[in-house]
Amino acid sequence: MSASALHILLLGTLALIGVGLYGLLAVRNLIKVIVALQIMVKGALLALVMAGAAAGQPNLGQSLAATVIVADTVVAVVGLALAVQVRRYVGTLDVRALSSLKK
Amino acid sequence: MEVWLVVLLGGAFLCALQAIRAQQLLASAIWLAAVSALVAIALYLIGAPQVAVIELSVGAGLVTVLFVFAISIAGEDAMTLPAAVPRPLAVALVILSAGLLGWMTLPALGIKPPLAESPFAQMLWQERGLDVLVQVVLIFAGVIGVLGLLGEARAARTQAVPGTLPEKDGATRKQEVQP
Repeated sequence: MSASALHILLLGTLALIGVGLYGLLAVRNLIKVIVALQIMVKGALLALVMAGAAAGQPNLGQSLAATVIVADTVVAVVGLALAVQVRRYVGTLDVRALSSLKK
Repeated sequence: MEVWLVVLLGGAFLCALQAIRAQQLLASAIWLAAVSALVAIALYLIGAPQVAVIELSVGAGLVTVLFVFAISIAGEDAMTLPAAVPRPLAVALVILSAGLLGWMTLPALGIKPPLAESPFAQMLWQERGLDVLVQVVLIFAGVIGVLGLLGEARAARTQAVPGTLPEKDGATRKQEVQP
């Protein structure tokens, strides 16, 4: 891997994390918040594999990336189940409706 | 390889923007699957074929199916609400955060010669064995969490008595709320 590829990967990582962060800030739909989290995790995956390849330990980077994929899938599953329950009880997917303690 | 990386990561960036901006939730889920597929191809080009396969099957396959399933249950709630944070402030915060992250990361960016390293299978299952154990525990915790959430829905359904009068139904709900 060359240095210019490394710079391109860094820019791609920052772009994906930036889009996910913007989604977390600007979106009020609960399922879209989970979509934004997924996009941030894609950026983190790229960063882990890029760091492993740059540091001369690609297998270590791959192992950590595999761990992150499993953790993120579990978070997405529980988040989606929570969103379905919120839709049932509150009646909307708006995250601001969750800030009230009324049922 | 740089040209392919630019094309793939640029496409992933555009698909991510569309996933955030899409009005319909199903379109958002499909754009997220496209982001996963493009990132998987980029990971393969970097030199991580195992993680690329995992990312393609789990990210673009399993998670997309889960999203479509959850959206079909929860219903298409296309809301055009104003953003929680004003858009110029959100864009400024994102640019500031990404700029700081890039500024901190750039000096450390450099390529070192490859070290003597175990193969991927041995690295994952033996040297990072504690990570694998934590993954197993996390999967079980996730299963228990999802079953707890859905089991609560089933309990709420069975407690609802069909064919009762509105007053009795209200009384039943009040009794449910109290404990």
